[in-house]
Amino acid sequence: MRKLVTAVVTAVTVALVSTSVIAGEWKKIRIGVEGAYPPFSSITADGKLVGFDIDIANALCAELGAECELVPQDWDGIIPALLAKKYDAIIASMSITEERKKKVAFTNKYYNTPAKFVRRKGSGIEISMEGLKGKTVGVQRATTHDNFITGEFGEAVDIKRYATQDEAYLDAVAGRLDLLLADSVAMDDGFLKTDQGKDFEFVGPGYSEVKYFGEGAGIAVRKEDQDLVDMLNKAIDAIRANGTYEKINSNYFEFDVYGG
Amino acid sequence: MDFDAIISNLPLYLKGLWVTLQLVIMALAAGFVLAVPVALAAASRNLLVAIIPKAFIYFFRGTPLLVQMFMIYHGFAQFDALRESFLWLVFREAYWCALIAFSLNTAAYTAEILRGAIEQTSFGEVEAAKACGMSKPTIYRRIVLPSSFRRALPAYGNEVIFMLHGSALAGVITIVDLFGAAKIVNSRHFVPFESFITAGVFYLCVTFFLVWLFKRLEHHWNAYLRPRETIAVPTIAATAAD
Repeated sequence: MRKLVTAVVTAVTVALVSTSVIAGEWKKIRIGVEGAYPPFSSITADGKLVGFDIDIANALCAELGAECELVPQDWDGIIPALLAKKYDAIIASMSITEERKKKVAFTNKYYNTPAKFVRRKGSGIEISMEGLKGKTVGVQRATTHDNFITGEFGEAVDIKRYATQDEAYLDAVAGRLDLLLADSVAMDDGFLKTDQGKDFEFVGPGYSEVKYFGEGAGIAVRKEDQDLVDMLNKAIDAIRANGTYEKINSNYFEFDVYGG
Repeated sequence: MDFDAIISNLPLYLKGLWVTLQLVIMALAAGFVLAVPVALAAASRNLLVAIIPKAFIYFFRGTPLLVQMFMIYHGFAQFDALRESFLWLVFREAYWCALIAFSLNTAAYTAEILRGAIEQTSFGEVEAAKACGMSKPTIYRRIVLPSSFRRALPAYGNEVIFMLHGSALAGVITIVDLFGAAKIVNSRHFVPFESFITAGVFYLCVTFFLVWLFKRLEHHWNAYLRPRETIAVPTIAATAAD
């Protein structure tokens, strides 16, 4: 009996020690993704995660020689869940902003595309303080687009905030919104080129002010995991250099979304 | 714990509280007005009169409030005929969609509470009224309804609290009510515990007020059901001293 107890204790200790060693070397990385932001991240009818963010995540893990587990998570709780260690990194088109940097560390950007407004064709709405007065604008809650519209036009427009970008599209089609504001690439592929978005079009310039939109989309990691930030930065550089990024990019877009 | 974000966002919470109170008060008022005729018809012994109100009650008690709200908000928006009619002015706004869903929902529950109370009215009271020569409408107006409202009061107080808590669903369809405000604060400052506990405290305060209010109302209107308050009787000692 005593031997058995010792054996069990030893086995458990060995198991515990070895897992912590693996965690320290990042053999397995759990990655939080959103799944409601096509073409960057969406869930197919049979429940599979697909999109640019997903492919980038898998490519980075392959580059690092680590095993990846993708964890879908609602946008609203995506940073709290990272801090609660439900996963180790967020690859969900998250812009690198000052407010977020207070809570998490970011890698360098892995893409950067401007934000744009979308209007219904024939509505004739122009983008100016005058033109926006009294209009209803739909954005995804707590995104850079939300911050931008709140900060720049918050007094003039009625802002409707949605948990996901998909819900904003739904209400735009239903006719509850005059304008949408979101990432231009996400809206082009995720909405305008689809059947439900056929009556809509871009209007106004592309926005990419660093004050609101940061330096682009980066990977968020807990602040204490600086080693993971460094590893991911090297991996981003590596897939940029070896052509993997270009290959993924060309599966989704006709231009380089990495940005200048 | 980081309550700085909460303090700087207190105005947002108060605005949310105001929207919540508006929705709940208006839904309860509309629901009650609708519930009285529905309850009267549902209590009828004539099946033809009772069938439609009963189906209404059954439907709204039998499906989740969230499903009802989504049907009205997302579902109705699917029909072009509705979108092109004047009704769209109402259904376009999330606020009115939520109010309609809440009103119908609370109307069904209130009607069921009232129906039960009406059917339980003591037959003696009705018979006495008949003996006094009251007509049927007079009996309802003077005897059955006042007595039913009084007996339904504790159950109705419960329904009012459920409606307050159910109203948090409004936050799901872009309305910035108390829960909607908490979601905005959470997603901007990444402090889920603090943002939701703050909303919870506001709901607690409103519930506390409602509990107090209904206690007062019961005290007032159900006074005849309370045990009689004891009258001061001179004690033996006091009597002996005389």
